[in-house]
Amino acid sequence: MHRPSHLDDLEAESIQILREVFACFRRPVMLYSIGKDSTVLLHLLRKASRPAPPPLPLLHVDTTWKFRDMIAFRDRVAAQGDIEMLVHVNQEGVRQGISPLTHGAAVHTDIMKTQALRQALDRHRFDAAIGGARRDEEKSRAKERIFSFRTAQHRWDPKQQRPELWHTWNTQIRQGESVRVFPLSNWTELDVWEYIRRERIEVVPLYFARERPVVERDGALIMVDDERFVLREGERIQQRRVRFRTLGCYPLTGAIASQADSLDAIIEEMRASRSSERQGRIIDHDGASSMEKKKQEGYF
Amino acid sequence: MLRFITCGSVDDGKSTLLGRLLYDAGMLADDQLDALRRDSRKRGGEALDFALVTDGLDAEREQGITIDVAWRYFHTARRSFIVGDCPGHEQYTRNMATGASQADLAVVLVDARKGLLPQTRRHTYICALLGIRRIVLAVNKMDLVGLDADVYASIVEPYRALAASMGVEAVDALPVVAPDGDNVGLRSTRMPWYQGPGLLELLETLEAGVASPERFRLPVQWVNRPDQHFRGYAGTVCGGRVEVGEEVLVQPGGQRARVERIVGPSTDLAQAVTGQAVTLCLDRELDISRGDVIAAVAQPAAVADQFGCHLVWFGDQPLLPGRGYLLQLGTATVNARVTAIKHKIDVNTQAPLAARRLELNDVGYCNIDLDRPLPFERYADNRTLGGFVLIDRQSNATVACGMLDFALRRAANIHWQHTDVDKATRAQAKGQQPLCVWFTGLSGAGKSTIANLVERKLAAQGFHTYLLDGDNLRHGLNVDLGFTAEARVENVRRVAEVAHLMVDAGLVVLVCVISPFAGERAFARGRFAEGEFVEVFVDTPLAECERRDPKGLYAKARAGRISNFTGIDSPYEPPASAELHLHTGEQRAEQLAEQVLDYLRDRLA
Repeated sequence: MHRPSHLDDLEAESIQILREVFACFRRPVMLYSIGKDSTVLLHLLRKASRPAPPPLPLLHVDTTWKFRDMIAFRDRVAAQGDIEMLVHVNQEGVRQGISPLTHGAAVHTDIMKTQALRQALDRHRFDAAIGGARRDEEKSRAKERIFSFRTAQHRWDPKQQRPELWHTWNTQIRQGESVRVFPLSNWTELDVWEYIRRERIEVVPLYFARERPVVERDGALIMVDDERFVLREGERIQQRRVRFRTLGCYPLTGAIASQADSLDAIIEEMRASRSSERQGRIIDHDGASSMEKKKQEGYF
Repeated sequence: MLRFITCGSVDDGKSTLLGRLLYDAGMLADDQLDALRRDSRKRGGEALDFALVTDGLDAEREQGITIDVAWRYFHTARRSFIVGDCPGHEQYTRNMATGASQADLAVVLVDARKGLLPQTRRHTYICALLGIRRIVLAVNKMDLVGLDADVYASIVEPYRALAASMGVEAVDALPVVAPDGDNVGLRSTRMPWYQGPGLLELLETLEAGVASPERFRLPVQWVNRPDQHFRGYAGTVCGGRVEVGEEVLVQPGGQRARVERIVGPSTDLAQAVTGQAVTLCLDRELDISRGDVIAAVAQPAAVADQFGCHLVWFGDQPLLPGRGYLLQLGTATVNARVTAIKHKIDVNTQAPLAARRLELNDVGYCNIDLDRPLPFERYADNRTLGGFVLIDRQSNATVACGMLDFALRRAANIHWQHTDVDKATRAQAKGQQPLCVWFTGLSGAGKSTIANLVERKLAAQGFHTYLLDGDNLRHGLNVDLGFTAEARVENVRRVAEVAHLMVDAGLVVLVCVISPFAGERAFARGRFAEGEFVEVFVDTPLAECERRDPKGLYAKARAGRISNFTGIDSPYEPPASAELHLHTGEQRAEQLAEQVLDYLRDRLA
């Protein structure tokens, strides 16, 4: 008899988590960030509701500073037509001209991501929001529950988390409260790539190495994606063979020098890699407990 | 994939062992190693301090208040691992339980100098309670006892006996020196008397895990019904296997159907096995909802509404017997209350102690009562259908986890004994329709007088009847009950059960009890079939009852010689929708009895 593999086990667990959301919440949504984890999550979402289309919409919180390749990819996903794609932009932030280049990572992230997310969740009165975060990404994630309770003000209290035993999740909430759900909690970065390869899932081309225009800034390789990029003194744009290990807003996401231009090569590179995944994320570098603080304020 | 937890007191070197294990497995990234070197030097040592790996991964700022398991992931060429780093402190029993519920195996650490501590017993007990059947005992700090084989043996042997007494089936022991890596990633050459594998190798090769339950079970998680062309029951198989074409049973109802189609994650499947998340389509339309269990016809799950169970209490507020909680078992959520705490368990000695309540982190053995029967298994046989959580209805906090042991009231619920002569047969022999007529109202309202007249007239017409009078029952069946709220609840429950049996015997039963609480009357109604229960509200104003005072009870109550008297110092909740509402002030008992008979005439035909 066929023996389920490690990836089969992870897939089954994620599907079980997603179905719990379908069954227990009135207005669930899936946060879609266009990255590899979101893309795997969408794939699992379709599997969980098979043969029906997914019974919930996707929500993309657009900071207006995503890579052009990402937006094109998002629009292709939306065009597939089996699922509704909501896009939310913090219009107040746009009016204020918030930009990662002039306001810095912290302000941009707070206004265009955290505040925007809260606006969107409130507007649609979502009671469950599914996200692609994994526990191996970051140390405050390692402590977060799979069904992570949020107050009506979207606050996360790491000290008041509900114990999670077996696969029995407490989904009871009151009016206005909500839950963030992380079906990929037990996946690692390598699991995600191996699953993408096994399932032949298409991901944003930025993950594959190619010649790209980049600038070296504060030890990171920042890609110049459009004309809004402002060169600092002494900086010059150079063509380098790079790829992205994680995707966010383009001025805040460092590329890595790499030759990996296929899934096999990426997995090979990952296995040999000696550095952690989020080192290219500038927003993670503003203080030891920053992720935890951001999460308490409603960041995913 | 292996999921395991590490336990042992903080000073036993748990963090160091875990750090060393990650290092030896090659799972520390360069930036993490650089940080480790820097931090180790700051502490004044040239050697790497592996305790700092996990401390570094831990949110340091939360130390002292953290009571959570942190999950970490690593892999070798042979296996993937998830390790739950369980806090060692005694007050964190609930985290031990949470961690153990996810684990196939536990690594228990002991300091070679200290030997078995109360904490070793405690952790082993919790592991065993949550169903971990395999433990790796790591005797650490062997360098501090001269790498002595005798010291090692003097710890391992009593530990094996201890673990076996708690139900742990297998113990693999090994001596380690965590900071130096002896028997962690590599076998040590310093302790030639130990011939076995190192920890990493052991973890890579052990056949651990909870044996998969063999009987087919699928708790229905979600009904997938996008349109009228498709109706599937989605869920994760938590035992056995099922094939297309096989006949299955839907519990607790007991309907049967055949599996027409199994929808898998990518394609349709010919069969589904334990652990797979699938969707079953059946060959006929049945009323199936979330919480039902689809099971093998030949081996149905037991169905019951009362259990004996172990509870680990997580709540800040204590557990009080009688209070209602939500109980979540598999995919079912029902109302539950603990009816009795048989004893609590001293987790250090496993001695049973008398207890009236359970406080935070207490473990107790309890009887629990549900508001409807559920399909279940013993926890030892099936974690999914035997493990449950309790949820506080006010705060929605998860306040306990429980492990089902066996059903109480087995005769009534697990296998209802089939009798060939049934209610219909008995009723037919009497030539009547059985019925329960429930008279409620204040003491002295006239319930018994009216019921007596009704019964006389029914008997005269040839009906087979019986009158259950609350006062009379208190001389026998309910002689042990007083008049507190709890006792009144129990009084009504017993009367309802007796009335139910008499209706089953084919009789027309007239019940006269004050039955002051709407909840208990609803319970009584729930014991009968639709149309079989007639509630008669004998509505007499309190002043009138007090004026009549046929038994002199109101006078006594007013004089303070009876307490908990309905209408005086105990409430009466009038029925909102009784079948009959009799106003006694305007009519005599004869007329009221005629009203009741008029109403019953159609029902009795």
